[in-house]
Amino acid sequence: MANAAEIATAAARADVRNRWWLAAPALAIVLLAAIGPLVVVVLYSFMVKGDYGDVKYWQFSLDGWFSVIFERDVFDDTLKLADAHLTILWRSVKLSVITTLVTLLLGFPVAYFIATCDRRWRDFWLFMITLPFWTNLLIRTFAIQEVFRNEGVLNSALLWLGAIKRPLQIMFTDLGILLGMAYVYLPLMVLPLYASLERFDFRFAEAAADLYASNFKVLRRIIIPMVRPGIIAGSILVFIPSLGAYVTPRLLGGGRSLMLGNLIELQFGQGRNWPLGSALSITLTGGVMLALLVYVRAASKSGSGHHG
Amino acid sequence: MPEEKSAIEICDVTKLFGDAFKALDGVSLSIRKNEFFTLLGPSGCGKTTLLRLIAGFEYPTAGTIQLHGKDIATLPPYQRPINTVFQNYALFPHMTASQNIGFGLEMLGRPKAEIAARVDEMLRLVRMEGLRHRRTTELSGGQQQRVALARALAPTPKVLLLDEPLSALDYKLRKEMQIELKRLQLETGITFIFVTHDQEEALTMSDRIAVLSGGRVLQVGNPREIYDCPGDRFVADFIGEANFLSGEIIVATKDRAQVRLASGADILARLPDTAPQQGKVTIIVRPEHAEVHADGRPSPLSGTLESIVYFGTDTHLHVRLAHGDRFVVRRQNSPLQDAALVAGATVGVAFDLAAAQILRN
Ligand SMILES: Nc1ncnc2c1ncn2[C@@H]1O[C@H](COP(=O)(O)OP(=O)(O)OP(=O)(O)O)[C@@H](O)[C@H]1O
Ligand SMILES: [Mg+2]
Repeated sequence: MANAAEIATAAARADVRNRWWLAAPALAIVLLAAIGPLVVVVLYSFMVKGDYGDVKYWQFSLDGWFSVIFERDVFDDTLKLADAHLTILWRSVKLSVITTLVTLLLGFPVAYFIATCDRRWRDFWLFMITLPFWTNLLIRTFAIQEVFRNEGVLNSALLWLGAIKRPLQIMFTDLGILLGMAYVYLPLMVLPLYASLERFDFRFAEAAADLYASNFKVLRRIIIPMVRPGIIAGSILVFIPSLGAYVTPRLLGGGRSLMLGNLIELQFGQGRNWPLGSALSITLTGGVMLALLVYVRAASKSGSGHHG
Repeated sequence: MPEEKSAIEICDVTKLFGDAFKALDGVSLSIRKNEFFTLLGPSGCGKTTLLRLIAGFEYPTAGTIQLHGKDIATLPPYQRPINTVFQNYALFPHMTASQNIGFGLEMLGRPKAEIAARVDEMLRLVRMEGLRHRRTTELSGGQQQRVALARALAPTPKVLLLDEPLSALDYKLRKEMQIELKRLQLETGITFIFVTHDQEEALTMSDRIAVLSGGRVLQVGNPREIYDCPGDRFVADFIGEANFLSGEIIVATKDRAQVRLASGADILARLPDTAPQQGKVTIIVRPEHAEVHADGRPSPLSGTLESIVYFGTDTHLHVRLAHGDRFVVRRQNSPLQDAALVAGATVGVAFDLAAAQILRN
């Protein structure tokens, strides 16, 4: 009696085998494209730095990790905290958080407007929102430079209007980086917010208004909690690339205001310290993952309806 | 003071969507306090639109709406002491049943203790005490309906609007909820404006019914008036079943007329003031008000019995009249059956004066 249970298990096993085969290409890509480079970077971070960049293979060293936080004084060889690194780290986190908040505050009304406007116009506005993506980031950033620099469009206009006496120094400041990043990443906030708001059933808003909720209360108690997934997605999409941003701070922050991305680039370029660059990269990746974990936890918990 | 008696006074309200489409066309209604008032009409006749105007989600193109004598037509919804039970319930999915029910009072800024007490009271009223902490997405249709009702009743509105609240429920639950709704209305004493396109529901629950069609009010009256004395053919046809006979008035007195039918027979029919007093008219006879016999006695109508359809409590007899029209007679089933009534028999159809009524054209 080749019983039914055996046949069923055999079939299930074949099924599992088949599924693995079908998933194999995807898995291979994931492994090669995502995990592979990460492994390389982790390995490099534990090796001795080469004299002209690169690393000395298979020579174990913790120097890379060590110099993320500490630096050795050139003269007396004493250890001290790597102030420059910590400053840059702090600036990166600060600017990324502010960028996320700014894009959220600017992006929500935009997404709301698009989601509630006449269906015929929605595609047009969405197209306008994504239009900047059609141009290279570098070129767009140069364009922003043109707007913000001391003799640029903004300052000329303000001077001409008499609103200011001397040009505002926006270029090469944190404000410049912030404005640039907010501009670059705004679409990444608007699109997921729009997706959530577009799916939002405005009858809920009517029901709340029927129950004496003012417009502001409707927004706070009904709309925002119900589009929370969009807010979370948008924030993540803006925060992650902000933290690792490279082009925008390089061009708008000049040499003075660096961010993590630039610091890392420096190590692989002029700094010729690949282990340190690798260690910084992993610190960045780890930091992002940690921040995400905390944020998603907090955001979805406050959405579970325990208020008042 | 006349306005003391009416809860909602709708005066000549017109609502345009776009430039030309009239969803409501000169609607005037006076809804009394503590009344169970039903808006009845086919799909698209403007019932929801009228409710939305009363709730404040839309504003009338012309006309006024008064609540207890005060004009409310321009107030936003959150300033009207009127609550709505929505057709799809629109319960907030991110809140529990209790939080939904307490939402209105919370928005009114009532103290927490009062809200909690009122929520408890409401949960008891709709018999949902056990499910207070459930998310509304985890409730059955009937339970959601009760929560929606409790949520709308909790702030003690002056008027409660119900937009087909029972249409999503199955037959048995709907019957139960009909009784429940009626009980709640009597217990709370709140004016209910109830929308349905189910005529039976309207007849059993309402104090008064307004029949709408194409954005106009065709007739307002209590269920008996609407059923027994329908003003025109649309109302007669929409509510209950009806046989229509055409004929011509020969002699008309104050409230009755002698009418010559197409078959040549003369019958007496009731003649309301609103109906034409001469010329060609339509007469309505309800199936249960007529009878069929096969014994050959003289009767105003005669024809062939085409089919006999058994319905449990009653039987429908389909008669093809001599001049071609169909006539349906409903008779209560009893243990004694008339053996002479078989399909194909030649039969007479009879009814008395009170059963036949002349309609407005
Ligand atoms: N926002 C709107 N814009 C344009 N036309 C509308 C709008 N709302 C309703 N209408 C139209 O107005 C008419 C009346 O609609 P309404 O929703 O009041 O009907 P109803 O009687 O509630 O029908 P149902 O029984 O199907 O719910 C319909 O023809 C509908 O298409
Ligand atoms: Mg409707």
